[in-house]
Amino acid sequence: MFEYAIEVHDLTKKFGHFTAVDHVSFTVSRGEIFGFLGANGAGKSTTIRMLCGLLEPTSGSGKVGGYDINSEPELVKKSIGYMSQRFSLYEDLTVEENIRFFGGVYGLSSGKIKERIGWVVGMAGLQGREKSLAKTLSGGWKQRLALGCAVLHEPRILFLDEPTSGVDPVSRRRFWELINELSEQGITILVTTHYLDEAEYCNDLTLINAGRLIASGSPKQLKANHITYSILEVETTNPVAAMDLLRNQPWVIEISLFGTYLHVGVDDEERRKEAIRSILASTGIQIRRMERIVPSLEDVFLRLLEQDSKKRAA
Amino acid sequence: MIVKRIRPVVIKEFRQIRRDPRSLIVLLVFPGLLVLFIGYALNFDVKHISFAAFDQDKTSTSREFIRSFSNTEYFDFNYSVESYREVDALLDEGKALIAIVIPTNFSKNLLGGRDAAIQLLVDGANSNTATTAISYASAIIQTYSTKLASKVLARSGREVYLPIDFRPKIWYNPELLTAKFLVPGLIGFLLMLSAVISTSLSVVKEKERGTMEQIMVSPLHTIEVTLGKTLSYLILALLASALVLVVGFLFFDISIRGSLFWLYTGILIFLLGALGQGLLISTIAQTQQVAFMISVFSSLLPALLLSGFVFPIRSMPIVLQVISNLMPAKFFLVVLRSVILKGAGLSAFWDQLVFMAVFAAGMITISSMRLLRKAE
Repeated sequence: MFEYAIEVHDLTKKFGHFTAVDHVSFTVSRGEIFGFLGANGAGKSTTIRMLCGLLEPTSGSGKVGGYDINSEPELVKKSIGYMSQRFSLYEDLTVEENIRFFGGVYGLSSGKIKERIGWVVGMAGLQGREKSLAKTLSGGWKQRLALGCAVLHEPRILFLDEPTSGVDPVSRRRFWELINELSEQGITILVTTHYLDEAEYCNDLTLINAGRLIASGSPKQLKANHITYSILEVETTNPVAAMDLLRNQPWVIEISLFGTYLHVGVDDEERRKEAIRSILASTGIQIRRMERIVPSLEDVFLRLLEQDSKKRAA
Repeated sequence: MIVKRIRPVVIKEFRQIRRDPRSLIVLLVFPGLLVLFIGYALNFDVKHISFAAFDQDKTSTSREFIRSFSNTEYFDFNYSVESYREVDALLDEGKALIAIVIPTNFSKNLLGGRDAAIQLLVDGANSNTATTAISYASAIIQTYSTKLASKVLARSGREVYLPIDFRPKIWYNPELLTAKFLVPGLIGFLLMLSAVISTSLSVVKEKERGTMEQIMVSPLHTIEVTLGKTLSYLILALLASALVLVVGFLFFDISIRGSLFWLYTGILIFLLGALGQGLLISTIAQTQQVAFMISVFSSLLPALLLSGFVFPIRSMPIVLQVISNLMPAKFFLVVLRSVILKGAGLSAFWDQLVFMAVFAAGMITISSMRLLRKAE
């Protein structure tokens, strides 16, 4: 048997002169939740679409479930489930009819479809709404029904392309619980998202920027490897002016605006706290609060993206 | 088995169509209704033309002359006037379409064996009707002259000799009813509507909503999805055409004189081409609006204007005549009229079937090639 559920080598996709995905390589172990992160247009969806056989790669190779994406796309399709951010359901069909249709498309027997209808309805919490048209469902329900339809045929690998966009926080949490359950059943999950709090649920993360991978590892590893300094969260009366003042200090490793707070990366916590106080006091900006925080994934990624842009500019 | 694989698609299409009464009406009922409306409204037969007479002669001869008009069903003698001013007013207001002016010496000239002139004033605003009215009027006047000539000759003791006895006999549509001429053409027009527009819209709708992508990641092949969709609309279009034929029979007394088998063979070949065209459009258009526009311009309008449905191809400029050969509706129309009105056999229209088959094969090939090519 193969070791990895997904293996990708130098995968590249060009649209004319634009390189959407640039020599991307990574591996996903079986049964893990693999997070694929990046800004909109970074190349996440294009990569997923190549792995699902929706797009032909310009160059490079990949294996999904042991099948080659270039030469065996039909076998790949049989072993994967796919759900996009659009929750592609037929709005004018009922819950049950949607399930029946996708079950039929995957060639499930009618007995099997009946069994899976019960499972999807239970999983998505749609009891009593089997005969409702899909368009009458709320976002969270649609999302869970779409997930149900994507795993009807019990695929070993599941691709989720921004599955939580446009859904309320409660539904998002519930959705991630379902993802965890599927993962516990041994399904490998590759999920793209730009919600960094969701990235914390993943075993493994990969960050893509402008078509290239710029970092990967578990959330813990990423934090440990890329944030070697302290981060101070500073709340001031004028965050924008404060940021301008501090940005040019040689000892400021990194600075960014988080809502109305500033996150300032410094080498020596105690010494720099003093320096910040004196600089801001001299211009009349008051500090309401200043404390060291545990870096979040957001800090890590903003740092990584900044480094990457500098590298590209150089 | 392929049947088992496309079954869910066909079931799904029918569920969706059933759930959308508007599309169901457009696909099934609309063609029949349209035949009914157009059959009654689009009437090129010119009858009961209102005419005015300005009789300056006021003799029994002149009155007899006017009666020769009002005795036909083509003309209604509605106004007897006394001045040119009144004639002008009636024509201006559209109350009369033609006016006959008989000069004072009309009967004197006629009885004296001299030429008598009459004036015919025609409202030419609607050139079709005007032309028809003039031709009816000339025919009536001709008959009247002949009758008069024979009377004059008989009085002088001689027999009339007419070298040519002209007796026209019209075949296939003896009453020259517009409806009979139009209904077969309407079938082609309406099948174009349901086939091209509905196929292209239904595929593009799935692209818009992302459901097409969802099917594309399944093991179901693009060709199988397409086949399922096409089959559904083919069934509907065949039903719609049957409905049109029933309406034609019930309301316009149009019975199919030829073989039903060849009629449906023609319909089937035509539909395959139209469905292929719809699919081709769906590979080009990204939104339903665009798909609708392309469908209308590439199918409906040519089927209406360039097929010979309403406007005879023979009287078109040569460029349009050449272009009309690219329209399967033109060939289909020949088949429909041959089978329905003339009861002609295959030998009369096999070449038309071949043209349509070539078109269908071309459309299906191009659209499948485009469908099979993976998205760039």
